[in-house]
Amino acid sequence: MINTIGLVFISIGLFFDFIGCLGLVRLPDVYNRLQASTKCITLGTCSILFGAFLIQGVTAFGIKALLCMMFLLLTSPVSAHALARGAHKSGVKLWERSVVDKYGEDGN
Amino acid sequence: MASRIILFILGFIAWALLNWVPDWQHMVIGIFVSAFVAYMTGDFFVKRTHLLTHPRRYLWFLYYVPVFIWECLKANIDVAYRVIHPDLPIHPGIVKVKTSLRSDVALTFLSNSITLTPGTLTVDVDKEKGFLYVHWIEVRHKDVEKATKIVVERFENILKRIFEE
Amino acid sequence: MRKKRTGYIIGALFMLAILAIILFYPFPILLYQNLPYLGFLKRAFFILLFSCVLCLYRIARGPTAADRAVTLDMLGVLIVGFCVITGISTGRSWYIDIAIAWALQSFIATLTLAKFLEGKSLDD
Repeated sequence: MINTIGLVFISIGLFFDFIGCLGLVRLPDVYNRLQASTKCITLGTCSILFGAFLIQGVTAFGIKALLCMMFLLLTSPVSAHALARGAHKSGVKLWERSVVDKYGEDGN
Repeated sequence: MASRIILFILGFIAWALLNWVPDWQHMVIGIFVSAFVAYMTGDFFVKRTHLLTHPRRYLWFLYYVPVFIWECLKANIDVAYRVIHPDLPIHPGIVKVKTSLRSDVALTFLSNSITLTPGTLTVDVDKEKGFLYVHWIEVRHKDVEKATKIVVERFENILKRIFEE
Repeated sequence: MRKKRTGYIIGALFMLAILAIILFYPFPILLYQNLPYLGFLKRAFFILLFSCVLCLYRIARGPTAADRAVTLDMLGVLIVGFCVITGISTGRSWYIDIAIAWALQSFIATLTLAKFLEGKSLDD
């Protein structure tokens, strides 16, 4: 029973990983790609790790999977934030059909 | 001193989880290692130790976790819809929102929550004036006030009760 | 507009064909553990591999350096998934140690790349 729930979590994670990579290919500029890939791949990999914890139980593997999940949830948004800031400072333009750019208007 | 003790406890818990199943040899080495780390780093990580003594903050943190997970799931389904749709229904832009949080930990948590919730990504933080620059995949309002109401306020009230006075 | 729609249909059919091949091809099971869901784990491995191939397309094609940096970050997170699935299917617990170490060093590498994109020196 618990194995089945773990496999369901792993399937959800695989689906979101795949969607994230598809978004990386389809979306038009760096910021949109960063949005799609950060959200989907972080939650997808966290879901795979949680499924691994459910399958393995409270063993060395399971506890380390939980620790790795915490670590990914804390660090992945930080690296996305740093990459977005670096891309804007290095002069990557927004998509030409973007609506507004307050960050560029404020002179950063 | 209190911050060093808290750092020692955190490091020891991390060591014990990394060396699961715990036995006494690993634990003795872990006590020495985490004491050394806590002594060397001092109050570099944990600065305002008085926050840890209020039990109400823990309850608000427990309330924050399911809210965060629910928003995260909604964000993923939203992104999946936008990626699979043939016409790519996006109207992106960078908007400016206001926040009233001031401390470092609260701002970090707020920008991480904004990054993992539907359609928003923090680009930069202006700490002195209290502005966040947010890339929004579907810009509904260019105005500062209305964007603040949609993007920030669902987390700001909870985080203010956890990390601020 | 019409040309774009045909491109979408061709791409979607291509993706669905590759996913169908991955899901229904009878992979031979060469692993030694006696688990009932080894076939599922093997298909999971191949789906992750296909995602990585999509990322490689963006690395080869990406117009700016920032695109490539983003994709490298995401490949680092996908490799954690690889390590976990391999760890479950072979039953060896040290794969998760590799996953934790990889996540750590990938985070630091991404921060360094972001600083480099920003145009500052690394000790700022």
